[in-house]
Amino acid sequence: MEQYLSVKNVAKYFGKFQALNNINFDVNEGEFVCILGPSGCGKTTLLRVIAGLESQSEGTIQQNNNDISLLPPDQRDFGIVFQSYALFPNLTVKDNISFGLKTRKQNRNEIDSRVDELLKLVGLSDHINKYSAQLSGGEQQRVALARALAPSPGLLLLDEPLSALDAKVRQHLRLEIKNLQKQLGVTTIMVTHDQEEALTMADRIILMNNGVIEQEGSPQDIYSKPTTAFSANFIGTTNLFKAKKISSNSIEIHGSVLECNDNINDDVSTVTIRPEDIKISDSGEGKNILSGTIKELEFLGSNIRGHIEVNFESDKAIVLCNFAAEFIQNKNIQTNASINISLQPHAIKIVKE
Amino acid sequence: MKKSRDDYLTLFFISIIGFYILISLAFPMYAILSKSFENKDGDFIGFENYQSYFENSSLVYSIYNSLFVSIVTMVITISLAFVFAYALTKSRMAGKGVFRSIAMIPILVPSLLSGISLIYLFGKQGIFRELLMGYEIYGPIGIIIAEVFYTFPHALLIIVTALSIGDARLYEAAKVLRSKSIRTFFTVTLPSAKYGVISAAFVVFTLVITDFGIPKVIGGNYNVLAVDVYKQVIGQQNFEMGAVVSMVLVFPALIAFAVDRIVQRKQVAILTSRSVVHEPNESKTFDRIMFGYCSVISVLILTILGMCLYASLVTFWPYNLTLSLKNYQFDLMDGGGWDSYYNSIRMASYTAVFGTIAVFAGAYFVEKARSLKTGRSILHLLSMMPMAIPGLVLGLAYIFFFNHPDNPLNFLYGTMAILVICTITHFYTVSHLTALTSLKQIDNEFEHVSSSLKQPFYKTFFRVTVPISLPAIFEIGIYFFVNAMTTVSAVVFLYSSKTTLASVAVLNMDDAGDIAPAAAMGMMIFYTNAAVRIVYVLITKKILVRFQNWRLKTA
Ligand SMILES: Nc1ncnc2c1ncn2[C@@H]1O[C@H](COP(=O)(O)OP(=O)(O)O)[C@@H](O)[C@H]1O
Ligand SMILES: [Mg+2]
Repeated sequence: MEQYLSVKNVAKYFGKFQALNNINFDVNEGEFVCILGPSGCGKTTLLRVIAGLESQSEGTIQQNNNDISLLPPDQRDFGIVFQSYALFPNLTVKDNISFGLKTRKQNRNEIDSRVDELLKLVGLSDHINKYSAQLSGGEQQRVALARALAPSPGLLLLDEPLSALDAKVRQHLRLEIKNLQKQLGVTTIMVTHDQEEALTMADRIILMNNGVIEQEGSPQDIYSKPTTAFSANFIGTTNLFKAKKISSNSIEIHGSVLECNDNINDDVSTVTIRPEDIKISDSGEGKNILSGTIKELEFLGSNIRGHIEVNFESDKAIVLCNFAAEFIQNKNIQTNASINISLQPHAIKIVKE
Repeated sequence: MKKSRDDYLTLFFISIIGFYILISLAFPMYAILSKSFENKDGDFIGFENYQSYFENSSLVYSIYNSLFVSIVTMVITISLAFVFAYALTKSRMAGKGVFRSIAMIPILVPSLLSGISLIYLFGKQGIFRELLMGYEIYGPIGIIIAEVFYTFPHALLIIVTALSIGDARLYEAAKVLRSKSIRTFFTVTLPSAKYGVISAAFVVFTLVITDFGIPKVIGGNYNVLAVDVYKQVIGQQNFEMGAVVSMVLVFPALIAFAVDRIVQRKQVAILTSRSVVHEPNESKTFDRIMFGYCSVISVLILTILGMCLYASLVTFWPYNLTLSLKNYQFDLMDGGGWDSYYNSIRMASYTAVFGTIAVFAGAYFVEKARSLKTGRSILHLLSMMPMAIPGLVLGLAYIFFFNHPDNPLNFLYGTMAILVICTITHFYTVSHLTALTSLKQIDNEFEHVSSSLKQPFYKTFFRVTVPISLPAIFEIGIYFFVNAMTTVSAVVFLYSSKTTLASVAVLNMDDAGDIAPAAAMGMMIFYTNAAVRIVYVLITKKILVRFQNWRLKTA
């Protein structure tokens, strides 16, 4: 795959405040990249820098092998959908979508057929003459998308496009946008603070925190191989422990020595264990067995999450584990029951602080 | 970042508008300032003029007089307007719309018309002169009554706004805590309206101290600063001393302006997006008292206007009270005749059209342009300055600047154009703020979307921003028109025999003793402004709605 966009050493200051710190990443042609991170971490700022709506303090941006770092937005090649959609309220759906088509010397018929094509694409053919006040949130969102796509931009930028919608519509539109993007093959960068959105939609996730990139990788990698405590904690739910090196394949948590698969470096300080990777060990077989008491059972649908007070060597600590609901019912497990768990070696992941 | 074509166009237009304000405000103000340091031959003499000014006790006494009438008017107007505004916003009395409309009448007439009316009511041949118990209407009493009439709607508008943004949640909290009404008033209402009241007080103060029509008509021998400027220039042709008095007059106006700006900033901060509009609850007694109060005020306003109407229709006051249109035969009097009226209409129309274009475009660049942060701040600052300069001072400054033989713009002197320029500049700031407020409500991302779609900003401006802002644009146009019809101070030094104006004709006919025709011309201005207002309401009700059906929720 060919590299389409390349962000190099980008930094952005607002006065003394540094909103972006040495940002580096590439986006391949046709790729769907999500920039994920908590609110205020600099996602929007990064997107606006890529669009040229904000100028970076340092660094360069290349698009399609051209240096676009200094180009104003109207000389860059992108379409954008804002959180507010920013639909022109006094123009019809049709006029909104055709807004960017007029100067391209296309004749009326071409424009009309392009608008029809786009409306079909986003499934709004019946609404062509409506105004935005007469559309639902999801419909407005799709008009904004169609408007951004109308001039066939090389790059599509989406800033929290789904955050203003309610949960049902959001789930539906996630799939729709993803399919549309695949179908058109347009390189896309989407900004979101919603990890589930990023995990389900992205080819690749760029995880940000406090103006720096924490980790980047496929959704699977980000989830199963977090490299930092922040990644592990931000994506999904996890258990984080302070750890000390004992040998090349064992560590110590709260005084208990545990075997692990990772190659242990000297500077180990934190490990993460996903709740679903922790197994119950009735018979006391398996590695890294610890005893504990169930303090709380939290119903999550098909799963139940146990808050288990584990008796480590030196003190007690709460560990979260996921169980299948069926399992809990069959075994008739209740709060305050004693239980043995196995912190399997492959589940223990070393992360940076 | 490289500049795009939009950026160059933005720079171009910002420069034009900024340059316009420089020429129409900053340069003339510099001219008048330096004039105040010159002798008759144009040599620099330092503070000599100021020295002789302060040695002239009768001139200095005007400072005291000006402050006196301004402060007394301020106290009376604010008290009256506060209760009126309180009734409009916090009661459930009937007829709020009517009361509000009546309260706005003074805005539609030249300030000096109320002076003329008072002469008919309390003057030597006045109907109610006994009510004064021997006191003279000519002098501070007359000035203050007339100024209260003139400033009432200005104060009312500001206080109504301040009271209606008082947060309903505070009132609910007060009710839950079983706070007595009186206590609620002092702990909730007053503090949240505080800045509005202060702001209104300074606006009234500035209006009065810079007004010259009313003291000219009804001041008698009671000298005030604004009239001194006029007398020095028109009466004694002492331009240098006129410049000195102008500077003395600018001083309190500047201070009031600065305080008002600071206070306004605080006021805005109070209005958070989470504020909830307060719905007054019912109290029959309270509503009746408020209704009575508003009725009294309304009757007083209508009496002043009605007196003028009657006086303009009476054949020969007080000897022949049959009604006729004799006083409307302006061509038989001094003051420019009916031509003055038509000139005023033309002047007001040009002012409305060009003023609105300049103001709206300027505000658009200040608020919406993507680049040129510094340029935009400078333009905003320039746009705020006209408010600090009294009209009379601006007019005099124009003489010094435009009438200077070396000025290439000299040809403007004595034309309709200079009247339009001066009037636009004089009323620029309030319009600018109206436009800004309206533009701030429009999503800033519109400009970004259109640049991502490779569309020039002017396309978005004409296809989206202007249509959305039509109500505000009309509002600004009307404001310019109405004020251009009524203003005297900004134009009294600048009209020529070919460009006499209705409002100046009122002044001149009154000066010549033709008081009834002066009242008649004042009423012509009122009819015109009232008609324009009514047409405007019809337009917004009928036509604008048709062009704005996109605001409707259903197709
Ligand atoms: N124009 C600006 N001026 C000053 N600070 C800003 C500006 N825009 C954003 N910031 C700050 O930069 C940080 C990142 O903002 P943003 O990129 O909007 O975050 P996100 O989109 O990730 O929620 C925030 O702390 C925000 O307050
Ligand atoms: Mg954001």
